[in-house]
Amino acid sequence: MEFYHFTEFPWPHLPPDDTFTSMRVNLPNRHFDPEVGAELYHSYLDQYVLADELGLNCMINEHHQTATCLSPSGPLQMAILARETKNARLCILGNPIANIADPIRCAEEMAMIDNISRGRLECGFVRGVPFELFSSNRNPTETAERLWESIDLIIKAWTTHDGPFNYEGKWIHKRQINLWPRPYQQPHPPVWTTGGSSLAHACRTIERGFTFAMFLTPADRLAEMFNGVRDYCKTKKLPAPADDQFAFMPLVAVGETEEEARKMIDGVFWYVTHNKAEPQFRAPPGYVETALYAKVVTGQFSGGRTDAIRTQGVEFFKKNHVAIYGTPDSVVKQIKSLYRKVGGFGHLIAMLHAGDMSYELTAKSMTLFANEVVPKIKHLGSISTGFGPLADRPKVKPKKKAKRKATARV
Amino acid sequence: MPQKTTPSKPSSIEIIKTLGARIEVTRQGKGRPVLVLHSEDAYETGSDLIDTLAKKREVIQFKMPGYGKSGPPGDLRSIDDISYLYLDILDQMDLKKVTILGFSVGGWLAAEMASKSCERIQKLILTGALGVKFGGPYVRDIEDIYYNTKEKVQALKFHDTAKDPDADMLNYNERQSMAVARRREIIAKFCWEPYFHNPSLKARLARISVPTLVVWGANDGMTRPKYGRAYAKQISGARYTEIPRAGHYPHVEQPGAFKRKIEKFLG
Repeated sequence: MEFYHFTEFPWPHLPPDDTFTSMRVNLPNRHFDPEVGAELYHSYLDQYVLADELGLNCMINEHHQTATCLSPSGPLQMAILARETKNARLCILGNPIANIADPIRCAEEMAMIDNISRGRLECGFVRGVPFELFSSNRNPTETAERLWESIDLIIKAWTTHDGPFNYEGKWIHKRQINLWPRPYQQPHPPVWTTGGSSLAHACRTIERGFTFAMFLTPADRLAEMFNGVRDYCKTKKLPAPADDQFAFMPLVAVGETEEEARKMIDGVFWYVTHNKAEPQFRAPPGYVETALYAKVVTGQFSGGRTDAIRTQGVEFFKKNHVAIYGTPDSVVKQIKSLYRKVGGFGHLIAMLHAGDMSYELTAKSMTLFANEVVPKIKHLGSISTGFGPLADRPKVKPKKKAKRKATARV
Repeated sequence: MPQKTTPSKPSSIEIIKTLGARIEVTRQGKGRPVLVLHSEDAYETGSDLIDTLAKKREVIQFKMPGYGKSGPPGDLRSIDDISYLYLDILDQMDLKKVTILGFSVGGWLAAEMASKSCERIQKLILTGALGVKFGGPYVRDIEDIYYNTKEKVQALKFHDTAKDPDADMLNYNERQSMAVARRREIIAKFCWEPYFHNPSLKARLARISVPTLVVWGANDGMTRPKYGRAYAKQISGARYTEIPRAGHYPHVEQPGAFKRKIEKFLG
C-alpha cells in the first residue's frame, strides 16, 4: 500500500459564522490577509517536505473561489514539490481538465513536472466539484464528456513522438499537437480519476487501467463502489483489478494517546464542519444525474448523505472509517478493518491537516503515522501487472519500490 | 398562470422530423395561424391563454428538444440551432402569414427565426424575450438564475411570488419532478454560456421586417424593462409596451391585461 499526506491549504481565519452564507463561490477575499496567507503557504509546503522526509507520498489538489482551499492551481504546488522533495510520489487529484481552457497545456505542465521529479508524477484528472462551475463558467451539462475527451487527448499527446497530429473532436479543437517535453515515465505517468456516485465512471477508469479514488466515503458505500467495479470486470471477462487501482482518502490523526489523537482529529474535522455552501451551488442543472437533480430542484432532497454525516460528529465518522484516529495500534487496526470491508485498496491518502492545526501538531501526527503505522500495513494490497494501457508500469515499479524501502528506514 | 383543471385538448399532436431532430407540434382551433413558443418554464403549455387564442385562430405550439414529446437535443448546441429546426417545420407545414408569440427563451427563438427569414412570418410578439446582450462586459443584463438562491430567483421572476405556478414543488410526483429537472438541464445546456444570449443576434435583429410588439412586465427583475426597451429599439418599427404589477411572465401574473395588449396588436 502507498501512503499520501494531504492538506487542502485552508484559510482558517473566517469571519463570524452568522455573517456569511458560504465558504465557497461568494465569500469576499477581503477576509484573506496576504501577510498571514504567505506564512500559511510556506507552512503547508513544509508539511509536504516533511512528508517526503518521513517516506510518505504527497497528494495535492486545487479549488477555486473558496476559503476551504488556497490552492487555485495544483500544478504550482506540484512544481514546487518536484524540486523540494526527493522520493515522494507526487499525486495531483487532480487537474480539472473539464473546466480549464486548454487540456494540452495541462499535458505539457504534467510532462514537465514528471521530468523535474524524475518520474514521480501520479496524474489525476477530475471533473471538479459543482461549486467550480461558477468560477470556471463551464457548462455543467458538458463536463462529464469534456473530462473523458480531455483524458484521451492528453494520453494521445503524451504518447505521440513523431511530430504534430490533428484533433478536431466534440469539445476540443487543435490542429498541430506536438508535446514538448514528453513525460519522463513510459509510456506515460499513472493516471487517476476521482468519483462519487457514478459506478459507470469508476468502471471506465479501471477498465482503462487507471486508478480510481474516492474521498470521505463511508465504508459500506466504498465497498459497494469498489466491489461494483470488481463485479463489472468479472462480467466483462476483464482481468481482476489490482488493489493499487483503488484509492481512498479518510481524515487521519495519530497521537501518542487516544486523547491526543482526539484533539488532532478535532482539528482535521474543521474540514467537515467548515464547508457550508448555498444549496444552489451544489447542484447546477446537468451536474448530477437527472433523477437526483429532480429531487434537489423540487426541494424533496436536502443535502442527503453528505449533510447527514456532517451533523453526526466525529464518532460517526470513525464508525464508518471516514475518520481514522487514535494511537498507532488503534489506527493500524482501523485501516486493516477498512481494507477487509472494502475488499482491498492500494492507496491511502491521509488528510492529516485542516483548519488552524499548527505545523507542530500536524507534524507529530504525520510522524507517528509514518513511523508507527505505515510499517505495519505497507505490505497490504496487490500491485497492477500488465492490465490496461499501463502494461509497462511494472518496469518503473521496482525502482520506485526500492526507493520507498530506503525512505521507510529513515 | 392559473392552470386549468380540464385543459381543452389540442385538436392534433404530431411529431415532426426535421434535420435529424424530432419536434412535438400541437394544433388547436381554426383561423389565422399563431405560433406559440414556450418559455423555459413552459407555463404557457395547457394555459387559458392558448384556449382563448384558439377561439378565433389556429394556435400551433412547438416544443423545444427535451420538452414534452420532442426528442432529446442530441448534437444541437444552441438556440440558434433550434431556430433552423423551427423554420424548417414552417416550410414542411407550408404555413403562411404566421404570428409568432414567444415567451422568454421562446421569445429569443422567435427573434432568431425572424432574423433569418420573415418569409412565412406576419407579426412578432416578444414577451420578456432573451437572447441579446446590450450592456458592456461588466453589466449583468440578465440576472444569474443559477447563482442566486431559489427564493431570490423567484422574486426576480415574479412581482407576486404567490403567482409562481412552480412555487411549491414539494408534492410533485416523479413524472412532474423529472419534467422540471429535464427542462432545467436542457435550458442550462443551451443557455449557460454565453449566458442566455447569442452574441451574433444583436446585429441580425435589423433583418426583422415584420410588425413587432415587445411586451414587458414592469416589475421584471430578471431582465429589467430597460432591457425590453433596448430590444424594441433594435428592431425596426417595433413597439414596446409594459404591463404593471407583473414580472418576467406578465401573461402569468396579469393574464387579462396581457390578452388585451396582444389582441389589439393581433387585430
